[in-house]
Amino acid sequence: MKNFFRRIWGWLDDRIGINDLLRPLVDHPVPPRGLWMYVFGSATLFMFILQVVTGVALSLLYQPSSANAYHSLEFITYQAKFGNILRSVHFYGASAMIILVGLHMIRTYITASYKFPREMNWISGVFLLLFTIFMGFTGQLLRWDSNGVWSSVVAAQQLGRVPFFGKYLARLLLGGDTIGSHSLTRFFSYHVFIIPAFIFVFIALHLYLVFRTGISEPPKAGRLVDPKTYRKWYEDYLHKYAIPFWPNAVWRDVLFSSIIVILIILFAWLRGAPDLTTEPNLAYIHTSPAPDWYMVLFFALFALMPHKIESAAMTIGPTLTVIILFIIPFLSNKGERSPMRRPWAMFGVICVFIFVISLLVLGLKHPWSADFDAKPVPVAAIHPAHPDSTVVAGSHLFYSRGCEYCHRVNGYGGKAGPDLSFVGARLTAQEMTIRIVNGGGNMPAYGSILNRSDLQTLIDFLSAQK
Amino acid sequence: MSKIDIYEDESKHQRSYDKDNPEEMTRKQFMTRVSLSIAAVSAAVMAVPCIAALVAPLLEENPSSWRTVGRIEDFPVGSTRLVDFENADAEPYSGMLTKSAAWLRHVDQDNFTAFAVNCTHLGCPVRWEENAQLFMCPCHGGVYYSDGTVAAGPPPRRLPEYKVRVRNREIQLLTAPLPITVV
Repeated sequence: MKNFFRRIWGWLDDRIGINDLLRPLVDHPVPPRGLWMYVFGSATLFMFILQVVTGVALSLLYQPSSANAYHSLEFITYQAKFGNILRSVHFYGASAMIILVGLHMIRTYITASYKFPREMNWISGVFLLLFTIFMGFTGQLLRWDSNGVWSSVVAAQQLGRVPFFGKYLARLLLGGDTIGSHSLTRFFSYHVFIIPAFIFVFIALHLYLVFRTGISEPPKAGRLVDPKTYRKWYEDYLHKYAIPFWPNAVWRDVLFSSIIVILIILFAWLRGAPDLTTEPNLAYIHTSPAPDWYMVLFFALFALMPHKIESAAMTIGPTLTVIILFIIPFLSNKGERSPMRRPWAMFGVICVFIFVISLLVLGLKHPWSADFDAKPVPVAAIHPAHPDSTVVAGSHLFYSRGCEYCHRVNGYGGKAGPDLSFVGARLTAQEMTIRIVNGGGNMPAYGSILNRSDLQTLIDFLSAQK
Repeated sequence: MSKIDIYEDESKHQRSYDKDNPEEMTRKQFMTRVSLSIAAVSAAVMAVPCIAALVAPLLEENPSSWRTVGRIEDFPVGSTRLVDFENADAEPYSGMLTKSAAWLRHVDQDNFTAFAVNCTHLGCPVRWEENAQLFMCPCHGGVYYSDGTVAAGPPPRRLPEYKVRVRNREIQLLTAPLPITVV
């Protein structure tokens, strides 16, 4: 029996040439040390395969039409057998892919693996990074709940800031004047056909280049890359020290990727798919659009950067980032690769880390937004302990006039403006009046909104808060 | 029995590719070029409808139409209320996404202002807070006064307006594309 299968395999291999094709890839020599460093790239590839498989499965259940997409999402999330877990795996898989593609890029930068002769490996990788981000964003829109459609509006607005072409780009994104059936079919096509096709092509190129140039050897301080001699040196190095990819190196990649997949399944099982918001309806406005976590840093950036430079920053920022990413291998393609000898490069990496993590943390809290769910501050929480009727009336005004959306008093209210729990000790009644009437900074001017007696009642309440 | 040359056809054709025969080469080259050109032209023709599908939104006209959003008596002077209306480009299969909303403010007599609900910062839906007399955006802290001017936060422009008219005591609003802030 065994012989029978062996003969079938022998016949197939002879006619198809599987061995000839794959043997060199499987056996290709890799540097013997530091192989744990290299697991991020293969894990990103595993994630992409996971996304393709779960994405195809989801496409069996999803209806890419503006009228039905949301309902099919409800079906997937709440009714279909294993639907929720399928959607969760696709969601956490996307998150994992974004994290891993980021880690892979940072690792490549830290070990300067983009230097000669691997410049094109880096550049094809930058393309893959951009495609991955675009996939994440379009995937979020395909949920087609109110968050999805409003996120499309936000994306169109960002494109609108591009000089000269902004209007056309925004229109192209939405597929027309407004958001409707034409918008969803476009997002669907981008997410399911067009971008994945590019990803397949660029992964093929990226992998081909990995085999062609070989995996970069772990850097060592003082071992410089010289384009004139590197290829020869690398060949000798492999000849002397290399181990075959299979089976000596591959187990690490498999183990790491498996751990990631297990983590994703655990997350999917324990946390489930992210909740859908409300039905997609641009006439329903009581919604607070917020992006998935990997877009939250842009969300935070747009709230926090100086408003005056924003239009310019929205265009120049991403353009400059992409240009820098593309030219990195041309800025220095030779010399030192060790992170220990490239302090400025490492300083840059640390800055990027701090920048990204602080924006993520801020973005998830978004303290700059008015808190529409703020509860009225109860009498028990205001000063003094037994307030007179004016102070109580002032506290009611403080809530009903919307002050509390942004200002906090003793734990009640939003965080966009300063906490006013002890404002009476800080400012005199006159100073408070000036600020309330004239506004300033991020405070609207209430001069024409409040009448004189309401203003006085409010000041009485605030003065008592000390 | 005479010996059969089993490679007769191949060798005949190969001779026609003989590099020592420049005249013959030119004819072959010409044929190659012609066939490549035919392929290129047919590919280009095929590409036209595909690219047209991609850029279709830029090729279409922008329709707009007047929509009735209510009667004058439904909107007391000084009030600001949310109205919705069907978009001009709504398709029967667009589901719930056929409508847009606007904040309709009755200024005085026959004077109405219809503000887009979209914040000029990044397009999030602003809410009218009646007691505070402010439009507030939930996304990045944009705030507008009742006349649509910016009160606070990042918005670079005042709230966009739709055209409004009154016909037979009916308030009508002219549909417009989703307002995009252009610099």
